[in-house]
Amino acid sequence: MLRYAVTRTGSLLLSLAVASLVIFAAIEVVPGDPAAFMLGLNAQADTVAALRDELGLNASLAERYFSWILGLLKGDLGTSYTYRSPVSEIVAERLVISLPLAGYALLLTMLVAFPAGIFAASRRGSAADVLVMGGTQLGVAIPNFWFAMIMVVIFAINLRWFSAGGFPGWDAGFLAAMKALTLPAIALALPQASILARVMRSALLDTLSSDYIRTARAKGLTKGQALRRHALRNAMIPVLTILGLQFSFLLAGAIIIENVFFLPGLGRLIFQAISQRDLIVVESVVMLLVFAVILVNFLVDLAYAWVDPRLRLRT
Amino acid sequence: MKHLIMATSVVAVLSSANAVSARDVTIGLQLEPPHLDPTSAAAGAIDQVLYSNVLEGLTRFSSDGSVVPGLAESWEVSEDGVIYTFALRDGVTFHDGTSFEAADVVFSLDRARGADSTNAQKGLFANIAGVQATDSQTVVITLDQPQGAFLFNLAWGDAVIVAPESIDDIKSTPIGTGAFRFEDWKQGDSIRLTRNDDYWGTPAQLDGATFKFISDPTAAFAAMMAEDIDAFYSYPAPENLAQFEADPRFTVLAGNTEGETIMAMNNKLPPFDNKLVRQAVSHAIDRAAIIDGAMFGYGTPIGSHFAPHNPAYVDLTGNSAYDPEKAKSLLTEAGYPNGFSTTLKLPPPSYARRGGEIIAAQLRAVGIEAEISNLEWAQWLEQAFKGYDFGLTIVSHTEPMDIGIYARPGYYFQYDNIDFQKLMTEFEVENDPDKRTAILQEAQTIISEDYVNAYLFQLALTSVVNAKLQGIWADAPTQAVDLTGVSWTD
Amino acid sequence: MRNLVLGFALTALFVIGALLSFLWTPYDHTVLEVSNKLRPPSLSHPFGTDQLGRDILSMIMVGARTSIAVAVVAVGIGMGLGVPLGLAAAARRGGWVDELIMRGNDLIFAFPSLLIAILITAVFGPSAVNAIIAIGIFNIPVFARVTRGGALSIWQQDFILAARVAGKRATRISVEHILPNIANLLIVQGTIQFSLGILAEAALSYVGLGAQPPVPSWGRMLAESQTLFMIAPHITLFPGFAIVLTVLGLNLAGDGLRDLLDPRIRRTAL
Repeated sequence: MLRYAVTRTGSLLLSLAVASLVIFAAIEVVPGDPAAFMLGLNAQADTVAALRDELGLNASLAERYFSWILGLLKGDLGTSYTYRSPVSEIVAERLVISLPLAGYALLLTMLVAFPAGIFAASRRGSAADVLVMGGTQLGVAIPNFWFAMIMVVIFAINLRWFSAGGFPGWDAGFLAAMKALTLPAIALALPQASILARVMRSALLDTLSSDYIRTARAKGLTKGQALRRHALRNAMIPVLTILGLQFSFLLAGAIIIENVFFLPGLGRLIFQAISQRDLIVVESVVMLLVFAVILVNFLVDLAYAWVDPRLRLRT
Repeated sequence: MKHLIMATSVVAVLSSANAVSARDVTIGLQLEPPHLDPTSAAAGAIDQVLYSNVLEGLTRFSSDGSVVPGLAESWEVSEDGVIYTFALRDGVTFHDGTSFEAADVVFSLDRARGADSTNAQKGLFANIAGVQATDSQTVVITLDQPQGAFLFNLAWGDAVIVAPESIDDIKSTPIGTGAFRFEDWKQGDSIRLTRNDDYWGTPAQLDGATFKFISDPTAAFAAMMAEDIDAFYSYPAPENLAQFEADPRFTVLAGNTEGETIMAMNNKLPPFDNKLVRQAVSHAIDRAAIIDGAMFGYGTPIGSHFAPHNPAYVDLTGNSAYDPEKAKSLLTEAGYPNGFSTTLKLPPPSYARRGGEIIAAQLRAVGIEAEISNLEWAQWLEQAFKGYDFGLTIVSHTEPMDIGIYARPGYYFQYDNIDFQKLMTEFEVENDPDKRTAILQEAQTIISEDYVNAYLFQLALTSVVNAKLQGIWADAPTQAVDLTGVSWTD
Repeated sequence: MRNLVLGFALTALFVIGALLSFLWTPYDHTVLEVSNKLRPPSLSHPFGTDQLGRDILSMIMVGARTSIAVAVVAVGIGMGLGVPLGLAAAARRGGWVDELIMRGNDLIFAFPSLLIAILITAVFGPSAVNAIIAIGIFNIPVFARVTRGGALSIWQQDFILAARVAGKRATRISVEHILPNIANLLIVQGTIQFSLGILAEAALSYVGLGAQPPVPSWGRMLAESQTLFMIAPHITLFPGFAIVLTVLGLNLAGDGLRDLLDPRIRRTAL
């Protein structure tokens, strides 16, 4: 186990190093000068040069890469070119929106997917099953940004139940924040809930057909009892794996939805930073996201290996 | 009689309650400033919030675009037009309580024109030879040569006066002399200003103002309809204005901006180096369809690079009237009987994106294939503006009185006409208003008849305002939402 | 079976629409008629006209071409590169080649895909080709993983052992024996990726990164309708329905195919 953990840690570090190089290289070749962007159409060449100097853009690529990496190792994400404030502060401000949004969406996902999946599995083949599964097919097929646009017109503009966009800040009160986050969370949750309901259903059906459930049924448990007492627990393994993936997806994948609702979250930050050529923000935030995903994968792998020794041999 | 008295007292109570709560205003804006220092960025959003409200210059723009005294109470110009002596206002204090003095003016202007200046409009100060404080209330500015537009240049948001001790934090806490002080910035949401009770001039009627940033037109529509905001300055989607116009709760202000929207042609790149081709392109374009299709009717056709509301304007739209047949015969005359292919690079605003699709279709009708590529601003700056890598591009030039860009051969559309350059040099040093007008009219005519670019329309400023709110500027002589004269009528 | 028929019917509808658009559309989608803009559905324009006066039905037919082309090529890239990588990883399971390929896969998976697509277009400019590349890259690890997983179970089988004893090399075994046995798996995965590709193209075009005008794209039609659908809902509904029905059709077809092919996969595997 120790040897496995060491090799996996080694490959984790290597992955991170490669990722940092790829990110830096990819982003530095993006054409466009942040200084020219900030100074606009009338700026003189010497002014742009002065600003580039001030931003530290005139240093060599290697110098900038290493100062970036050293900063990251010390927990310093750099200073935004556009906003001129520390990237870590900006990210923290955005996470205050993105994390609750992802959490809210995940909560809605589970609230819909679990009952739907269990219900469909317990009535396999019935009209209700077909209806629920048809619904999930539709949920996967609808582009969520389009769904969001339609919800805005109905619930924000016509009924005025929720806000059409923007975020008033948490100090405006919980209710105001929920008014701003509910429609985006629903839009994010729709495809995720559809996927999860399908996974839940098939996982349940798999365990329901396994031997020990048959034994339990033979001992006199009803189908419903068997489902609740035994099958559900076993079906949770694939379901939780998917949920873990969905959370990291929701964090970074909310770019489009954050744009539809003009939420100042992490996704929108990166999107704006790219268009303003605020490269240091893009680099640090992408690195942060990649690091999070790689770390989660690593921990999941270790956990599996710990549970199932056979996996250690297969890498 | 008693009833009547009661009724009026109820009304009085109601209206006073209203007055108290209505002393505040919430203004919607499309773009959030990246930071709060107008002297080191081109972002118009900074000026929209701070210009005249928080930060002031020696001179300032009034609502009709004329230049009026700001922090300078008066000035004298020497006979030869190179020495300006400004008498500063007395008893002006910055929001942090320190007093405003001549040294602050010297500092601000020297900072803007210095070697390591990051002022986006550094060119405005290029003609200054020296700035001196002769006493605490007097500043003498010496120019290299006479400059007719000098007072105009000082009115820009990039020329506001800031105190040396406020510079370190200016990007997050701007400290000025204006009728409002900066209070708070909720990033991603809003900026709050409160009235400055120590203001040197007429105090503001509002207690405070909140600028709320909503770039999404759908959200802007919803916020306005729900009356969450009292006015939306420069409303992003002209297609929705009809709904506001039909609603008695709102007034739609359609005013002028300084934005000449043009389809620039790369004058050094064949075939656009041929005047006949440029003329053909100009005649192939139907401005009415563009204004209707891209701007839903808001916008004034222009025939040269000059704002129609300016007194020196000459209507030259006739030079490039819509005439596809003429365009075709001009193309044939120029040696392109079967047309040609080129690129049409479009920055993000909808005037460019929608207008570009319409123009591409109109050009196709006369045989010119314009391949569209939609670019972000950063890409556009890199490729079209800096790299001259374009055939055609659409952009709105929003700086006031910027016909001078045609005297810069290195400017992106690369118009190089020595006569025009001489004319502009003459204009620079001319102080006589009548002669200045004459020069401007000649300049407009030259570029119109040279078909340098295809001149489309003057960008309209459309704002949606609560019908009870008065004093919001309908026009935009500069990018500012001046709230000093805004008040509620109820 | 019912899924399969419905799925194929829906998919066929759009493929036929796309093919037909090469020969005929009700109107020329490149001709603008601004004075005729935002007309609601009528007999002459069954889906109405858009903000520049173009016929929406014609736009959707030609737009289907864009969506299908982008998705097909992106799946092609994913298969073309992902399948050989997956086969190689399975053939060298446990070795450094396998490790390298799988870690590389994990790395690509770790990148937020939409962000990378945005970066690619920031470097090379927005175009249908760059959208294809961006979507294609993220199809590679999917196919590599599916291929490796399927191939690993085949490698355990007796007939493979026989082939190895007979002296066949790993490459030849992979091509001659493994690949045909996992073909069904790949077809099913291909259908799923195809539908995801259509959604991805719509999302990229929505943020302005896909095909450029005047080439119609469903995603861009939705993006351009965003400020207008309060006054003219039809301009957002029809392109939206087109996307939903196509993706739905492909997913149903994929599910149906799996139901049809799965038992056989299992039978050969056992």
